[in-house]
Amino acid sequence: MDFGFGLNPSSAIELDKQDLRLYDKLCRIEPTAATCIACGSCSATCTAAGYSGMSVRKLLIDLQRGRNQEVEQMLSHCMLCGKCTMVCPRGINTRMVILTVCRLYDNVEGVL
Amino acid sequence: MLLNMKEIVLVVGGGIAGLETARELKELGLSPVIVEKSSSLGGHVAQWNCLFPDMTPARKVLEPYESALKDVEIHLETEIASINRLQKGYSVVLSDGAAVPCKAVVFATGFKLFEAEKKEEYGYGVYDRVITNRDLENWFNTGSDSRVPEKPSAIGFVHCVGSRDVKAGNTQCSKVCCITAIKQAIEMKEKFPNAEIYCFYMDLRLFGKKYEDFYINAQKDYGIHFIRGRVSEVSETIDGRVLVKAEDTLVGKPVKVRLDLLVLMAGIVCNKENQQLLQAVSLPVDEDGFFRSKDNIASITESDRDGVFFAGTCTGPKTIPETIAEARSAALNVYNYLKSRR
Repeated sequence: MDFGFGLNPSSAIELDKQDLRLYDKLCRIEPTAATCIACGSCSATCTAAGYSGMSVRKLLIDLQRGRNQEVEQMLSHCMLCGKCTMVCPRGINTRMVILTVCRLYDNVEGVL
Repeated sequence: MLLNMKEIVLVVGGGIAGLETARELKELGLSPVIVEKSSSLGGHVAQWNCLFPDMTPARKVLEPYESALKDVEIHLETEIASINRLQKGYSVVLSDGAAVPCKAVVFATGFKLFEAEKKEEYGYGVYDRVITNRDLENWFNTGSDSRVPEKPSAIGFVHCVGSRDVKAGNTQCSKVCCITAIKQAIEMKEKFPNAEIYCFYMDLRLFGKKYEDFYINAQKDYGIHFIRGRVSEVSETIDGRVLVKAEDTLVGKPVKVRLDLLVLMAGIVCNKENQQLLQAVSLPVDEDGFFRSKDNIASITESDRDGVFFAGTCTGPKTIPETIAEARSAALNVYNYLKSRR
């Protein structure tokens, strides 16, 4: 019988229980990915951001926290225009980051 | 006993500020007398292991003072009993009974490290796995601290413990803890390469030479995790580890992590015990509890009182190079002051 009660799962991220293999692999291929300071320059300049929620800043922090599903949804909105690479103060090769993550997802069984 | 009243300058405090002030005063041909309340010189620096940004051993910084201050009169385990203003200078009586008639007084009384147990939610003194930045430096020096596990797999650093905290009575940024946390995080990663290391921060204030490079290295070469969010509470797990809760404000979600060691970055706070020294020379304490400079731009080492000078962290949080530069500046101030009155 369904009484209409439910239990929401905890939204807390348990840092020590996350699968960071995708992020670690990305950092080995493109080490600058680790140096993000979450300034938001990339998202502010992103042509797709206003329409789709695309954000390299969010993409990187989600990868760092093992939130790989969120990343996958975001990737399809990128048009690879490269403006984010131009404005990044840390010199993160954001296009390389996006292409690498796409490649890792395509070949997820093989690389992980 | 030195009784050449013309040239004696009393330096209150034998930490790095007092030592450098005394060395410089001596270089300038004056006679410094150091009063230190503890049983040894070197202050906080003597309790540290390696210093940012070049990982210089702290003892290397202190070593030169031993020979430089060889014939300087030093009173250890001594405090100021009274200071009386004379027409030309001050007459200071020390707790060991010595009377020091001097032309000028330099306060280099330093700071106090915030007492981390006051932030009860972090569990210092309650949980076995919670230590402070100073405890960790002591462990680097001695290798003995039962709270540091043999092979930690996860270590956390909490920035801003007691600093930028109105409720703790300290609105000021302690300045050195951000870079100290990153330095210690890197040192721990080098000792325990397989451990995951987390830094919980509100802001990262990496203002000094090479600090930002330290940060980039910590991210890129050491894989240290930076979580923007203040630790809200720490509890003990059933297996004796600690569970840390915070919000990852960049993701907008709460985070939890179990750690083998949590290091609290206790900040630089004013030493209330020293405030009575200022009262003795009728000078007010600043709003933040530190000593009040004549002004905070061009006269940090000067006070509103003739012949009273400040050096180092008694006027606010400072790095060691800033303290040393200020000590030299204070000595020069004293020299020029005495010259103008000769």
